[in-house]
Amino acid sequence: MSILVDKNTRVMTQGITGKTGMFHTQASRAYAHGRECYVAGVNPKKAGEDFEGIPIFGTVRDAREKTGATVSVIYVPPPFAAAAIWEAVEADLDLAICITEGIPVRDMIEVRDRMRKQNRRTLLLGPNCPGVITPGELKIGIMPGHIHKKGRVGVVSRSGTLTYEAVAQLSELGIGQSSAVGIGGDPVNGLKHVDVLRLFNDDPGTDAVIMIGEIGGSDEETAAEWVKQHMRKPVVGFIAGVTAPPGKRMGHAGAIISGGKGTAQEKLAVMQACGMKVTRNPAEMGRLLKSVL
Amino acid sequence: MKIHEYQGKEIFRRYGVPTPRGVPAFSVEEAVRAAQKLGGKVWVVKAQIHAGGRGKGGGVKVAKSLDEVKARAKQILGMQLVTHQTGPQGQKVRRLLVEEGADIAKELYVGLVADRGTQRVVLMASSEGGMDIEEVAAKTPRKIHKVFVDPAAGLAEGEAREVARKIGIPDASLGQAAELLRNLYRCYWETDASLVEVNPLIVTRDGRVVALDAKLNFDDNALFRHADVVQLRDLDEEDPLEIEASKHDLSYISLDGNIGCMVNGAGLAMATMDTIKLYGGAPANFLDVGGGATAEKVTAAFKIMLSNRKVKAILVNIFGGIMKCDTIAAGVVAAAREVHLAVPLVVRMKGTNEELGKKILKDSGLPIISADNMAQAGQKVVAAIKKKKKKK
Repeated sequence: MSILVDKNTRVMTQGITGKTGMFHTQASRAYAHGRECYVAGVNPKKAGEDFEGIPIFGTVRDAREKTGATVSVIYVPPPFAAAAIWEAVEADLDLAICITEGIPVRDMIEVRDRMRKQNRRTLLLGPNCPGVITPGELKIGIMPGHIHKKGRVGVVSRSGTLTYEAVAQLSELGIGQSSAVGIGGDPVNGLKHVDVLRLFNDDPGTDAVIMIGEIGGSDEETAAEWVKQHMRKPVVGFIAGVTAPPGKRMGHAGAIISGGKGTAQEKLAVMQACGMKVTRNPAEMGRLLKSVL
Repeated sequence: MKIHEYQGKEIFRRYGVPTPRGVPAFSVEEAVRAAQKLGGKVWVVKAQIHAGGRGKGGGVKVAKSLDEVKARAKQILGMQLVTHQTGPQGQKVRRLLVEEGADIAKELYVGLVADRGTQRVVLMASSEGGMDIEEVAAKTPRKIHKVFVDPAAGLAEGEAREVARKIGIPDASLGQAAELLRNLYRCYWETDASLVEVNPLIVTRDGRVVALDAKLNFDDNALFRHADVVQLRDLDEEDPLEIEASKHDLSYISLDGNIGCMVNGAGLAMATMDTIKLYGGAPANFLDVGGGATAEKVTAAFKIMLSNRKVKAILVNIFGGIMKCDTIAAGVVAAAREVHLAVPLVVRMKGTNEELGKKILKDSGLPIISADNMAQAGQKVVAAIKKKKKKK
């Protein structure tokens, strides 16, 4: 079992003809059931053409109607990415996964506001995220497939390579993953830690979760409070940025300590107070998870 | 991106936010001419640097004659202004703003920022103007009033009036204050700002509401649609290494330690810094080379790290998921040769073609220390520095 996606998911790529879109569609298609799962691409100027046999449609709606794809992965450049998200939402997809980094915050505020006001059912993952993978079944995004191993541990994180680090540690210890989800490093995004934990909690195929956070905002604190109240499975955690100075954006747009808020120490303290096991050593993430199984 | 107060006030005036009359000056003579042009009997000479806390640091002075304007300008221009935001080395003052004096009856605070929880812009206002707002938030949070603005509708007249009343604007000035707040919100929204702060916002003795200060930061991701804002960038105010890094599309931030680190991915880069600290070292920088690091990028990254003279060792931590380890290794070797690397270099690589990558490092003949995991990498780089110190 898994969350969000599995081998029965049908995926379209928005921005399939761009360099990034092409590269990662190829790599994702080569992973596990990717060949059956990737069924459509979207580019308004190239409708009727195809990318290595994947038909290209002019709109998301058209792609959905013609192929049955209900999940979209977005590699559209930043100035147009929020509009691409909205197109996926308007086409009533189950899930839109936005990989694009560098979308203006104002654009994200607007699109999230419209999603809420119109009570849209589409889930948004990202932006500025690596995507989601269900090992052995389907990879949607830019993560390296080969480090993953099919299994029963959920992974959720705000960062890309740090997620790979955690996954690799788990796999080396012989611990497989049910799904690994990157929620992205932007300040205004879709699914948050707490939303993904909820899904893992309800997934009979997940036994434990590793939650990786970083400085900035209070997502991890919110998630920890929820864990304390509702989570029936062990959750372990790590927060990156104990050494990050205040007021500086550490690579990710959302990774900033502002007004003394959002420090790693504060997050770790709340997580511990809520009963989560945490580590301050990123090399120990895998072993920490193993200790709660 | 940050701009100066005088630039912020120019933007404010375009949006109908009242400010005192003022003229920027780049020399003592210009400062005197500015005061003459403004007229009146009282002027304020204000240091223009990007950091806050200028008043406390001695960068804002009142002058009551043209001679005094001259003396103050002489004193401030060129000084190394130290505030709680500049660090102990301070920031050199290269620009001044000369303003007409204001007749202050009340000092208030107003700020705008994106709120991550509600995913809206939040307007924060307080009766405690002129103070450090973080301190107010910590000690007397009830004195901060917030409005989470509906992005489709903007700040409504009623909301603006209500918050103006709560922070103690006199009834006669409420209409004016509400208009100012709405214009301020429009300014934030339309310029793609990430922070707008007016501290203090004042009410004058004759009842006018005026922005006495202006702090504006902009969303870097939106600069592509604001060419006018980009023009306001002042490179003198930025870390030269951070500027150089941004030219190569590298994300670099200077820190106080002596271990340079180069990592791919922001989260892993922070985690690597944390690991160094955990084993008793201190990172000299944050450096994210991004997903598609080429040999050229790696070389640029090495040069930037090494131009920080404090750097006594380097740690490279690359999770080569999609990038291949042999490619990275070749880049590291080429960079180390080109910069004639003279400090210990610890490399940890993980991912595709890992063995091949390690072989390239070993065969290079360079004194590269290889590490198998993050913990080992952290231990080895800290040990390398200690060893070097002993030799001396």
